Amino acid sequence: MSSQEIPEENLPSAQDADQPHGSVAVKDDPFADPGLPPHEHRIQDIDERAAKRSERVVAFLFVLSMLSTIAFIAAFVAIKPGKSIYVFPIGHISALNFALGMTLGLALFCIGAGAVHWARTLMSDVEVADERHAIEAEPAVKAKVLADFKQGAQESQFGRRKLIRNTLFGAVAMVPLSGIVLLRDLGPLPEDKLRHTAWKAGKLLVNVNTNEPLRPSDIAVGSLTFAKPEGVEEHDEDFQQVMGKAALMLVRIQPEDIKDKQELAWGHEGIVAYSKVCTHVGCPISLYEQQTHHVLCPCHQSTFDLSDGARVIFGPAGHALPQLRIGVSAEGYLQALGDFAEPVGPAFWERG
Amino acid sequence: MKKLSARRRHPLAAVVVLLLALAATGGLYAAFAPASKAQADETAQSLAIDEGKKLYAVGCASCHGTGGQGSTDGPPLTGVGAAAVDFQVGTGRMPAQQPGAQIPKKKVIYSQAEIDQLAAYVASLGAGPSIPTKNQVSPEGADIANGGELFRTNCAQCHNFTGEGGALTHGKFAPSLEGVSPKHVYEAMQTGPQNMPSFPDTTMPEKNKKDIIAYIDAVNGDKTTSPGGLKLGGLGPVSEGLFAWIFGLGALVAVAVWVAARTAKAKKS
Amino acid sequence: MSTTTSNDAPSRGKAPAGERVADWADGRLGIYSLAKANMRKIFPDHWSFMLGEICLYSFIIIILTGVYLTLFFHPSMNEVTYHGSYVPLQGQLMSEAFNSTMHISFDVRGGLLIRQIHHWAALIFLAGMFVHMMRVFFTGAFRKPREVNWLFGFLLFVLGMFTGFTGYSLPDDLLSGTGVRFMEGAVLSVPIVGTYLSFFLFGGEFPGGDFVARFYSVHILLLPGIMLGLVVAHLILVFYHKHTQFAGPGKTNKNVVGMPLLPVYMAKAGGFFFLVFGVIAVIAAIASINPIWAIGPYRIDQVSTGAQPDWYMGFSEGLIRFMPGWEINLWGHTLVLGVFIPLIIFPLVLVAIAVYPFIESWVTGDKNEHHILDRPRNRPARTAFGAAWISWYFVLLVGGGNDLWATHFHLSINAITWFVRISFFVVPVLVFVATKRICLGLQRRDKDKVLHGRESGIIKRLPHGEFIEVHEPLDSEALHTLTAHEQYAPLEIGPTVDENGVERKVSGTQKLRAKLSEGMYGEDSQIPKPTVEEYKEITSGHGHH
Repeated sequence: MSSQEIPEENLPSAQDADQPHGSVAVKDDPFADPGLPPHEHRIQDIDERAAKRSERVVAFLFVLSMLSTIAFIAAFVAIKPGKSIYVFPIGHISALNFALGMTLGLALFCIGAGAVHWARTLMSDVEVADERHAIEAEPAVKAKVLADFKQGAQESQFGRRKLIRNTLFGAVAMVPLSGIVLLRDLGPLPEDKLRHTAWKAGKLLVNVNTNEPLRPSDIAVGSLTFAKPEGVEEHDEDFQQVMGKAALMLVRIQPEDIKDKQELAWGHEGIVAYSKVCTHVGCPISLYEQQTHHVLCPCHQSTFDLSDGARVIFGPAGHALPQLRIGVSAEGYLQALGDFAEPVGPAFWERG
Repeated sequence: MKKLSARRRHPLAAVVVLLLALAATGGLYAAFAPASKAQADETAQSLAIDEGKKLYAVGCASCHGTGGQGSTDGPPLTGVGAAAVDFQVGTGRMPAQQPGAQIPKKKVIYSQAEIDQLAAYVASLGAGPSIPTKNQVSPEGADIANGGELFRTNCAQCHNFTGEGGALTHGKFAPSLEGVSPKHVYEAMQTGPQNMPSFPDTTMPEKNKKDIIAYIDAVNGDKTTSPGGLKLGGLGPVSEGLFAWIFGLGALVAVAVWVAARTAKAKKS
Repeated sequence: MSTTTSNDAPSRGKAPAGERVADWADGRLGIYSLAKANMRKIFPDHWSFMLGEICLYSFIIIILTGVYLTLFFHPSMNEVTYHGSYVPLQGQLMSEAFNSTMHISFDVRGGLLIRQIHHWAALIFLAGMFVHMMRVFFTGAFRKPREVNWLFGFLLFVLGMFTGFTGYSLPDDLLSGTGVRFMEGAVLSVPIVGTYLSFFLFGGEFPGGDFVARFYSVHILLLPGIMLGLVVAHLILVFYHKHTQFAGPGKTNKNVVGMPLLPVYMAKAGGFFFLVFGVIAVIAAIASINPIWAIGPYRIDQVSTGAQPDWYMGFSEGLIRFMPGWEINLWGHTLVLGVFIPLIIFPLVLVAIAVYPFIESWVTGDKNEHHILDRPRNRPARTAFGAAWISWYFVLLVGGGNDLWATHFHLSINAITWFVRISFFVVPVLVFVATKRICLGLQRRDKDKVLHGRESGIIKRLPHGEFIEVHEPLDSEALHTLTAHEQYAPLEIGPTVDENGVERKVSGTQKLRAKLSEGMYGEDSQIPKPTVEEYKEITSGHGHH
């Protein structure tokens, strides 16, 4: 390509003189490749005033970028982080975030827009064809490499001395075991931790909202209450782990509406306590519809019927929500009569 | 049975039912009317109940029964209290247009005075939660952060983090709390309208309700600031993903088309 | 390429300063030989070739903003009380991770902007990779010699998903915590080792006090490190193979037609980086993303409706939502199929598209290099497969957002779930059939255009009164472009019994291959492109009508 030196290549005359493109299509094959079409000039190639205009646009964009950067710094210094402004149609938003984002965005965008406009209107737009070369090696090269490899392998005696080879394989195969063993202390073994919760016979049911123990009279038909075992406080170090299994949901259903006999027996005058942890993958399930007694999980839509032993009536959960057996203590408070009879939360291999 | 249902369609049936209803409620009223103590108050109250009874007979009795005893079309109203009436009628849910999975809110067709009369009448049918006072529902002096924690424990599972609403089973839904008056929020918690469970004072004391109202006001009120910009419905990753695809990638592809496009040629051949 | 020439430096002695610096570098790094091959490297112009650049640039933006965020973020789950400037959370207990994210969002000037740029760029990065991958797929750019680069790109997409997921989990907010809880439940469902994996991953019972710190090192070091390596390898291969191009006049399988890297692509690609960064910065200025202050800190007994992952994980959410709750209890053990089956299908959905190039090359047996891109219509079976896969993916995305479709379109969530359950099997088939039909129709139209010319819109009345539309013959450039594609002949097994009556053994795989080949290139799957003879017969002898 002789037309690659700058600036001659932008001159129309230089391009017209040296035109490798546009060879005539072969007559007998109408579908034959006619070759690269001849290059056409842009206005900027011919009209210097148009080129100047482009130059000014590019420069303007770059200057705008500089001004935006200055505005960014000014906004950073001047605007307080807490200041809120109303921007139509977005609404009330942080003035600082909006100002910094818009100025940064403009500063960056203008650099890009300037560069692209420059490339599109002023840099040469002559299309050039570049040859491709085969990726596969020449047969001679391939033969040489294979021969070299064979020689190397032979010199190492890797193939001949099987004892060395096999012990090497053994050693390399075993070394990663150390790495795997090192991962052992990532966590304790599960043992039976997933089988037990903080509930025990005699533990009072404490209202999560008020931190007070609950009385049967507190729970109205159609209401929804969340409870935790007495003695569990939010600032406890293991609060999350304990509540992950012990979280409880309390509802009161008219006893005659309860279809499951065991459910009625394990409750107290229609007050029934179910695990709040979904048996699917453990979301806190509590979208309770008081007229249908259905409870829905917001994560994957498993639906349980609280008036029928919390059996699954829709969705991906595999088994009913575990029920906690409750009664009333001597002082008249609701209390657990033991731990859950089965593991709460998502199912796992050892659950059985 | 057949005879009865044929007569139900008689043009005068409505009049007869109305008369019966009036007679019945009148009789009930006469029987249960409290003895006069504070005369002036009582008179005003009984006047309201009287007016409410008339409104009830026209607008509510067809579903809820002439004496609020309920029917197959509507639950009994004895014991639901004035708060329930003020919520249901005050948000336009009642009177219902048609039965369905859920009665949505509509344009309110009664004036507040009429709603109060209806509420007074229904409250007279059996004791229930009363309409909260201004002071009870005002966000002033409430603990917003505590309200937030209570909201996430008790409300967010259905109504979303900031009360944008969410889906329930079979086409039912928890409505958005945007623009719902504090009084109605309070009443909803107190009475548990439709499928929403109630959160009575015994398990969620007045103070807690006030905190929750203050929290909703702070994160989903008229004055709430969304520091990052457009809230995108406050729905989380789904609307964010749609925005990223349509406006984010869309804008970038538009820019790419410009970058790669041929510059206009001087002559058109 | 460090061949920068600073012209403003004062020149002393013989060569300008820039050249002397370059000489110094060449003596040590051999930059001249490197530059000789690459400085005027040719890149073809097409907007769809820039989709990969969108990914590259958003990846760079993510790294830049991510490094900034690490300066302020504390990857710790220690419990603290919030005392920052956001009133509705003051006095709340939260993890240090959440607290520091609040600090970045409200008290570090520009912190919120950088956080939002980081997150928006991540969503756009993944969306860009998806679209880029589909561009490569539908144009057949994955064919020899680019299969390895296809795999690199695929790996980048998968790693991007997991890098995104771990990043989304770091602030320890109520939404991401719910997502991590879901992940824990999914891990628990793995037969035999599930509980052990879960306990090792979380350092004990969920949520424990470790996962933020562990996810942090995975999110900022392990995964991005691998990705950076893959990105570099991906780019080296793009340079090495040279870019593909669409068929057209002067464009052959042996050349690449376009503009040189220096200066045009330096300016265009360099400029495009700033354009991408600018657009994302403006988006971060006007649209909120992951407002953790509204979501609140994670507490295990709290949840919000509308709990979804970021969009790129949405299809796995769809899988888990539409799955029926199957659970098998045998011999004291539980097989949690309701969770485990989706966990298995999840990678299979992705692998389905990743292995297609290898299946295609096995069926065609084509060992040639391909540098000219296919028009999607000219490969109906491939295009139909890709469209079916996309529809499959989008059905799952719809399933992942079923609760929001329910509330916003007043539908029943149960009905949507059933719709997804059925669509998962039906929609891809329908889309496959429809796409193939459309491709064949377009092929026929191309053939018609080649043989009869372009409809000019001019109506002519013939002497005997008939009206015809004048068809203009195509120019030689268009004729070439429309007929440049190659067409495979379906593979023939041939007679299984030779002339002597001896049965030839045909393996099952051979039969399968022939069957697939018939399906992909048989009579029903492509329209034979017009031949020179057909063209000549129509254009010469009889003229038009």
